[in-house]
Amino acid sequence: MNDMTPTREQREASLEGMGCKRKRVEDVRFTQGKGNYVDDLKLPGMLYGDFVRSPYPHARVKKIDISRAMALPGVVAVLTSEELKGVNLAWMPTLAGDVQMVLADGKVLFQNQEVAFVVAEDRYTAADAIELVDVDYEQLPALVDPWQSMAPDAVVLREDLAGKTEGAHGKREHHNHIFKWQVGDRPATDETFARADVTTKDTFFYHRTHPCPLETCASVASYDKITGDLTLWGTFQAPHVVRTVASMLSTIPESKIHVIAPDIGGGFGNKVGVYPGYVCSIVASIVTGRPVKWVEDRMENLSATAFARDYHMTTELAATKDGKITAMRVHVLADHGAFDACADPSKWPAGFMNICTGSYDIPVAHLAVDGVYTNKAPGGVAYRCSFRVTEAVYAIERGIEVLAQKLGMDSVELRMKNFIKREQFPYQSALGWEYDSGDYHVAMEKALKAVNYAELRAEQAAKREAFKRGETRELMGIGVSFFTEIVGAGPSKNCDILGIAMFDSCEIRVHPTGSAIARMGTKSQGQGHETTFAQIIATEIGLPAANIKVEEGNTDTAPYGLGTYGSRSTPVAGAAIAMAARKIKNKAQMIAAYLLEVHEGDLEWDIDGFRVKGLPEKSKSMKDIAWVAYNAPPPGMEPGLEAVSYYDPPNMTYPFGAYFCVMDIDADTGVAKTRRFYALDDCGTRINPMIIEGQVHGGLTEAFAVAMGQEIAYDEDGNVKGATLMDFFLPTAVETPHWETDHTVTPSPHHPIGAKGVGESPHVGGVPCFSNAVNDAFSFLGSRHIQMPHDAWRIWQAAENLGLHK
Amino acid sequence: MSTIEQVPITLTVNGKKIQRFVDPRMLLIHFIREEMTLTGAHIGCETSHCGACTLDIDGISVKSCTMLAVQANGASVTTIEGMAAADGTLHVLQEAFRMMHGLQCGFCTPGMIMRASVLLKEIPDPTEEQIRYGIAGNICRCTGYQNIVKAIQYAAAKLNGRAYQEAAE
Repeated sequence: MNDMTPTREQREASLEGMGCKRKRVEDVRFTQGKGNYVDDLKLPGMLYGDFVRSPYPHARVKKIDISRAMALPGVVAVLTSEELKGVNLAWMPTLAGDVQMVLADGKVLFQNQEVAFVVAEDRYTAADAIELVDVDYEQLPALVDPWQSMAPDAVVLREDLAGKTEGAHGKREHHNHIFKWQVGDRPATDETFARADVTTKDTFFYHRTHPCPLETCASVASYDKITGDLTLWGTFQAPHVVRTVASMLSTIPESKIHVIAPDIGGGFGNKVGVYPGYVCSIVASIVTGRPVKWVEDRMENLSATAFARDYHMTTELAATKDGKITAMRVHVLADHGAFDACADPSKWPAGFMNICTGSYDIPVAHLAVDGVYTNKAPGGVAYRCSFRVTEAVYAIERGIEVLAQKLGMDSVELRMKNFIKREQFPYQSALGWEYDSGDYHVAMEKALKAVNYAELRAEQAAKREAFKRGETRELMGIGVSFFTEIVGAGPSKNCDILGIAMFDSCEIRVHPTGSAIARMGTKSQGQGHETTFAQIIATEIGLPAANIKVEEGNTDTAPYGLGTYGSRSTPVAGAAIAMAARKIKNKAQMIAAYLLEVHEGDLEWDIDGFRVKGLPEKSKSMKDIAWVAYNAPPPGMEPGLEAVSYYDPPNMTYPFGAYFCVMDIDADTGVAKTRRFYALDDCGTRINPMIIEGQVHGGLTEAFAVAMGQEIAYDEDGNVKGATLMDFFLPTAVETPHWETDHTVTPSPHHPIGAKGVGESPHVGGVPCFSNAVNDAFSFLGSRHIQMPHDAWRIWQAAENLGLHK
Repeated sequence: MSTIEQVPITLTVNGKKIQRFVDPRMLLIHFIREEMTLTGAHIGCETSHCGACTLDIDGISVKSCTMLAVQANGASVTTIEGMAAADGTLHVLQEAFRMMHGLQCGFCTPGMIMRASVLLKEIPDPTEEQIRYGIAGNICRCTGYQNIVKAIQYAAAKLNGRAYQEAAE
């Protein structure tokens, strides 16, 4: 019989715990078309809502006549701000402490702003009826350029703020000013700059773009007039926050609001905020007494919900002549559009922009951010990054390249010279963060070896000479970036959303026969939580991941949590999972001790159960313990085997990485080809390497898109250009480069399993790497900074401006 | 609630003959999703760019968001729900996408698999470049395509009687 006993390796493997490339649980339904997304939902009597939107970026709304629309058969209701005022919902609070019109109230402030909400029996009739709502507008001058927002004679955008000199984040200096946010030591920084050997000053514009998940935003609201219950299905990255905000706005008790986020077709930050469509579907359901579905189309998605970036970053570095950085000074002009709807923790109007000192030991720094209004869509979401971290990393990683150019130094050498050293962790940054762990030199050296950096530079030098001699029209760019992320918001002492502390949670119930269900306050949008979270539990309590069901997104059943964005799921909910699992393990240990008639301290954990130290044949598996926990617990112990944990992290986590890009650019067409892209990520403990790699591939592809062409642009009259997939660059399989991935492992010292989060790192590190490659290609010709996005037209223009076409 | 006169159509969906009256302006994707309640195909753009609504219509890959249901009269339509065998055995592409981690949020996946199945009939043993061009009408926002390419290579190998060696890295 001995040969039937599984080996330790077999027992370990059967768990499919942490570290294994477990195939995804989700895929079984997704590959068969059995996902359950919001638009798949069909309820009896369901109506469809659709928006009348403003054609003008800035106009007074003089009159809205709904009579022709209401006369169309099949139209059930048309909501305007007048109806919403009746329920006190004409305006809604934003996550950033501002307010936003749900439907136009007196004015419209951006093109495609929501003006009226038509509710009809089917989506075709709703679309017809939109054309029958007659709106009289009086056009006003549009304010498009944020540099003109605070001009003395600038047009007043927000009449509702007249006379308000204090905003949610302190003093407002102008009627179009939102906030000034400052951090760091200004006098010491200024003084260091004044006596520096070398300084640089550049304005890096990180253009406006959009997360553009393949599924647009959507909701279905169903209000039951008899019971007073509201059920809301929606594309929510943070369903519990939606429930709390919905309760605050509607005065319906939270216990009667049931928020359900089913499968989500990608989020990337787009589905964190609360949008007029959600509010209107709720009000329409209350008004009509029937379920109401709202699904935005792609143009509405790109032009009205959740832009990202739009930061004009004036970045200064001071250094000694041998390349030791002595100070950093940054000023950001932040274009927030018509309402400040940034999805940042509420006390952080510019997110974690103060991570902008990057991976470097910069002794003194100062950051100031001015947020201003313009006639553009609201948003400012963290598109595949922790709050404003992509912007911060872009500023320092472009800045360091410019500094290297000025010093005549290799930029890798400059980075190595200024890296925070391993022994300096935990490291206190000049702008207020405590970096948990890192080993930057080791990561960089591994990357340099992998890409053969010295050879690449030699090849580039030869090509540059050949270019100068007129033998080739191709320019070779080598892009380098070394990023430090800050994710996992957050300690509740400094991170909340509208007062809701940013902890997260997990509840695990082990069933009598040794399977389990676990629920979290997070919500996967493709990250594979059903797979990876079960792996954490499998390793912690020794039950096979295959028998652990993970469920998220239903606020009635899941414990309260703040959702999935800012790479916070594994750092925060992942920690809660481990802590809940350990509570179960503790109880299991007491039961095992009772069963084995030994003291608890005489037991040790062994893969899938407890055994007596020194007597390995005396053991109890978790599966056996589960049965006993319910049916024959030790005297005095209450039955059952379940636990809940709410985890408030002591600190954020700081993943990092070294990225290299090799690009060949045709000077005459501006076409850039990525020959090679290498990404080394350190996300601490790795739960599922297959999923990590998938996350890195996806994040790099989104970085490629943003750096090389993706943009939400406006013309000088405030018309949004390119809010269709004809114009908005989403790379296909043809232009997407091949990705090489690599890793080092530096666990987080404060996280229960040492994990740091990875989903956003590739985007954060990828964008500057691509941009640095383009800039590097032209640097030897005297070019200092070329603005993103680097599409062929703009690269061609850069070449033209350098006189390369003469 | 349309006042337009409805039109009769007859078509085959996943091997079953269907007769329905539809609005002449109804899009095929809405017919498939809402009348047939086959919600595997998705709507990502309604402008033929993203490919999430891709169906197999008479052996051709079609973006069903810009085709009218009446235009499918007489056609044979296969959706993702019709890919597995009657006994539940998955199509090799369904297996391949899971094995190679060729999907994340799952929203593009039905369209991607429907396109890949036609691609493998057009080119039974495609090169990587042929795969990349072959799926260029289908956008994925999550995976960066690399593992989708591997999934299609895995399926092609199996269909051609070879073992696919490379695992998802």
